[in-house]
Amino acid sequence: METLILLLALFVLSLFLGVELIVKVPPTLHTPLMSGTNAVSGITLVGALLAAGSDSSPMLVNFLGFLAVTFATINVVGGYLVTNRMLSMFKRK
Amino acid sequence: MSPTIVNLVYLVAGILFILGIKGLTKPTTAVRGNMLSAIGMLIAVTVTLLDSEVVNFAYILAGALAGSLIGAVMALRIQMTSVPQMVALLNGFGGGASLTIALAEYFSVLDVDAKSFSDLLVPVALHSGAFGVAEEGTVALISIALTVLIGAVTLTGSLVAFAKLQGLIKKSHGLPGGPIGNGLILVGALVALGCLIVNPGQAVLILSLVAIALLLGLFLVMPIGGADMPVVIALLNSYSGIAAALAGFILGNTVLIVAGSLVGTSGLILTRIMCVAMNRSLANVLFGKMAASGEIVDADEIYAGKVTSAQPDEVAMMLEAAKRVVIVPGYGMAMAQAQHAVRELADAMQAKGIDVEYGIHPVAGRMPGHMNVLLAEAEVPYDQLVEMDRINPTFEDTDIVIVIGANDVTNPMARESEGSPIYGMPILNVDKAKNVVVIKRSLSPGFSGLPNPLFAMDHTLMVYGDGKKAVIEMTTALNQS
Repeated sequence: METLILLLALFVLSLFLGVELIVKVPPTLHTPLMSGTNAVSGITLVGALLAAGSDSSPMLVNFLGFLAVTFATINVVGGYLVTNRMLSMFKRK
Repeated sequence: MSPTIVNLVYLVAGILFILGIKGLTKPTTAVRGNMLSAIGMLIAVTVTLLDSEVVNFAYILAGALAGSLIGAVMALRIQMTSVPQMVALLNGFGGGASLTIALAEYFSVLDVDAKSFSDLLVPVALHSGAFGVAEEGTVALISIALTVLIGAVTLTGSLVAFAKLQGLIKKSHGLPGGPIGNGLILVGALVALGCLIVNPGQAVLILSLVAIALLLGLFLVMPIGGADMPVVIALLNSYSGIAAALAGFILGNTVLIVAGSLVGTSGLILTRIMCVAMNRSLANVLFGKMAASGEIVDADEIYAGKVTSAQPDEVAMMLEAAKRVVIVPGYGMAMAQAQHAVRELADAMQAKGIDVEYGIHPVAGRMPGHMNVLLAEAEVPYDQLVEMDRINPTFEDTDIVIVIGANDVTNPMARESEGSPIYGMPILNVDKAKNVVVIKRSLSPGFSGLPNPLFAMDHTLMVYGDGKKAVIEMTTALNQS
């Protein structure tokens, strides 16, 4: 139960930190912000690796893990690449 | 590798994600921020691969190869006009990843060796505490069920949003009963969720939860029209983050929680900005059509005999005498792929000493910041892109406003006509400028379905035709003069 409370505290504090950070992002960068955060949400890859790589569990679990790895990798690779492509177009005069 | 080290590395990854988003607060630091965030991802993934629980690499390799290939092809080949579609797809995959992780976690506890689908439906007798001791077990089950619910809604909702943006689905069908129908589906999902927590061994319950949630995502986004897509995409972005954070609770994984909640808040804040920019509540965007009340405005009455049209070369002659010009782009510019042509026109004007700026409405386009990315692609310096609150006071000192492919965001009825469905929506006050040139295919209404009195004003000229062609003709005429 203590672990859960700690995780909950981490969650709530991260939400507040998120608000403070995101409101400072200018409208010009809102599209890269969305694709960039998309890439960050690909952090589910970490959980997907644990599911796909486990051994003791039935095959169904590995298969679901495989799907999760595929989805999350698309997010990570696609998200960071397209964000980088967009951001490198923003230039000053 | 010991859990202590793994968790410390996750902490470092979390810090890099935070610094990465902080970098996005300025265009000059944004590329570096994105790199930092990617490095955070790399070390989090690497340390997970070294985890002793990860022993079976075949599935990982297959998934990583397939995912990298699809992701890279999408990211490198997508046209900048289609970025909203890509973001919609990425949101969906994020939801799909969380959904499948939660299901994998559930079935690994159940530990059935299913040979066929019907094997899955056989209830499993679980010893109490299979998901955790006492309350912990309940919390784990609630986390799994909520992740499944939100992940599945995000998956199908985003796929519908993608299909709409791509023009694959043109009509906006809803459930009979609209919000009530969706409400009933949500109640069904919550009932399945509740039963699952009481009978964790019944896999049929979690499978029905998946099915109901997939349907819910479908019916939630189906009725929503094109111009409301910025709100929907931002909201689904937030859902994908929340689903990731919930998956973190299932696995007790700190970096998932930190990253997921950052994404969740980002999406929510963007959703709020979009709603404020349309003067509508989130509930109204999700469940309502534009308010149908108010007197019906007759388009013919507004336009009849009052609309003046002009040719591109006549506009070029006016531009020559101008000192300050503001360009107002909308989704029509994206449709016509006219962003490069617009930049060339701006170059030609600047070469003649004319002061040129761009006025960007927050909901112009199909996602937050869409116009800025298109114009950045055309190499327009970002300091010429001016947001609504800063450009509005300058219109009175502006000689000519060129509106290209925008409609509702310039409609003065939003300011003046109480009772109009768009009354109160913040707009770009282009009608305050000395002259207005509107480049548009016809007088057809925008998403709101309302006529735009701007087009009939004495100081407004309509240039009919394809946006790109009209702008190129203006540039040519201006360069020749």
